[in-house]
Amino acid sequence: MKLQTRFGEYGGCYVPETLIAALEELENAYLNILPSEKFQNELKQYLTEFAGRETPLTYCKNMSADLGCRVYLKREDLLHSGAHKLNNGIGQALLAKFMGKKRLIAETGAGQHGVATAIAGAALGMSVEVYMGEVDVARQALNVARMEMMGAKVIPVKSGTKTLKDAINEAFRDWVATVGDTHYLIGTVVGPHPFPLVVRDLQSVIGTETRKQILEKEGRMPTAIIACIGGGSNAIGMFHPFVGDKVTLIGVEAGGEGLDKKHGATLCGGSPGVLHGNFSYILQDSYGQIQESHSVSAGLDYPGVGPEHSMHKDSGRVTYTSVTDDEALDAFLYLSRTEGIIPALESSHAVAYARKLGPTLKEDDILIINLSGRGDKDVAQVIEQMQMRGVAL
Amino acid sequence: MKTGKEQIETVFIANKNPLLVAFTVAGDPDYETSLNIIREMAASGADIIELGLPFSDPVADGPVIQCADIRAMDAGMNTDRLFDLVRDFRADNETPVVILTYANLLIRRGISRFYADAAAAGVNGVVIADVPFEESDPFTRAAKESGIAPIMMVSPTTTEERITEIVSKAAGFIYLVAVMGVTGARTGVEHSAIDLLKRVKAKTSVPVAPGFGISTPEQVQEWAKQGADAVIVGSAIVRRIEEHIGDPHAIITAVGEYIRNLKQA
Repeated sequence: MKLQTRFGEYGGCYVPETLIAALEELENAYLNILPSEKFQNELKQYLTEFAGRETPLTYCKNMSADLGCRVYLKREDLLHSGAHKLNNGIGQALLAKFMGKKRLIAETGAGQHGVATAIAGAALGMSVEVYMGEVDVARQALNVARMEMMGAKVIPVKSGTKTLKDAINEAFRDWVATVGDTHYLIGTVVGPHPFPLVVRDLQSVIGTETRKQILEKEGRMPTAIIACIGGGSNAIGMFHPFVGDKVTLIGVEAGGEGLDKKHGATLCGGSPGVLHGNFSYILQDSYGQIQESHSVSAGLDYPGVGPEHSMHKDSGRVTYTSVTDDEALDAFLYLSRTEGIIPALESSHAVAYARKLGPTLKEDDILIINLSGRGDKDVAQVIEQMQMRGVAL
Repeated sequence: MKTGKEQIETVFIANKNPLLVAFTVAGDPDYETSLNIIREMAASGADIIELGLPFSDPVADGPVIQCADIRAMDAGMNTDRLFDLVRDFRADNETPVVILTYANLLIRRGISRFYADAAAAGVNGVVIADVPFEESDPFTRAAKESGIAPIMMVSPTTTEERITEIVSKAAGFIYLVAVMGVTGARTGVEHSAIDLLKRVKAKTSVPVAPGFGISTPEQVQEWAKQGADAVIVGSAIVRRIEEHIGDPHAIITAVGEYIRNLKQA
């Protein structure tokens, strides 16, 4: 590898030898193709004319009044496909096409990344196969249908916990056997070097736009920015352009049933180790076996996290916290009713924490929430969860 | 007294024909049966025993070995029990034992502690499926301090430069990944793998052992003809265990017969 493969002590390249050549090829593309004018122009065209960038930064009058500070939402829910995932999907698919690859494989939890990859494959004329845990196939039926309609093949994964973690394992196995003509389009800022860099750079469009937009609207930096974290791609995309600024950055993990019970809060409740090609915080037992994660939100139900977040946790630059399933469900309905915006269950975690932080801020303080995706895909799940809790909608 | 690494070297020097490295998942399907399986492997002619220390997320392995990992973990296998197993086997057997596992299990225990405990239990070599040359330093350093052979992998996509670097760090034997893909039996021997064997052998005197996809006496013969120093057989053995789950006696018989059959190749 030519580049530094780590963020502080985190990251690296823990993969079978068979994959090293493909990772070197990807690093080479990251260094030479990604920054090239030809690639950047084509990417920009897809992002603006096809995906609908830039996405708005919406001032939320009702929520601001309720929480007692100036609240904005970065509207990744308005991106084509309904989530930030398309920034990475289109970006990596285009990169793979420039590299001469014909086939894309991907893994997906909530289905949004699978949908983004299916869209990118259809738009760019590449074949797509998506690995998805059997549990997630059941709880995200709408997204499975969307992927299939766009020509992607969805492969249910029956091994292990049958969720995102196992879908990633299967995608790795496929890639080990097919690296010649296939690109593994990883959906978040995890995986071996250079994936965390590639995905971070492609998602940084979120933070770059937000920075410009808030300066235009308010003429000053925000006080705090909140984003939800599973693997951490929407959060790092939002945070990265603000890391050098005096802005409080807060990542909200899936607290599930509580940190002393089942959860998906890797940074808040895990410890450093190796999973899926990189050294980062993970959920593991005393022998190093990966533990099952839990979240009401399929997209946050992952026992690992991007290595750059692990570095920011240790340095204290970003504050990581968690909210529970119940708090996220409340926030799902709260935003829907307060602003007429149905958030993804993932993003609802960020909204839930904003409801805690907002009242501690001053009236002039600016709070930005990264609304990473829309909640249509979660409606059936939320109804079911509410019924289980005996809460009327 | 010889180190673990030197004991592997001795076995290669003592045998001119290709050695048989027989793989099973430690603790599959349970501790007692697993101990009897590895004793039977040695008695049937396996020259080196390779024990998989099960990991929850074995990305380099196919479904047969993943299922065995789950069986073993469900029956209580873990790193401490693995070392018990090697110690129990060592009580009356000198056949070299190599551990195959994944990085996180070593990191969690502490890399130096893992190798020290392994050496104390009688382990001769360690190969880590998800530690390529780039990440290997802390592992090879600790292996060296404990006298354990750091077994390294090469694959059909490994470049000439990397082969040179990898063989410079490897000891015991070099694990040649003979197919693109994960573990699991396949038919035939791929030309790219034979070419790889020749390229590696041109650069080192460390023995080279193809693995992944080898299951038949014909494949063993072909590899012998091509100059392999050993062959590694894994999934095919694990499948024989799987086929007889619930009948430990039948497992031992099936594994013993299979290995004798391969040895006669």
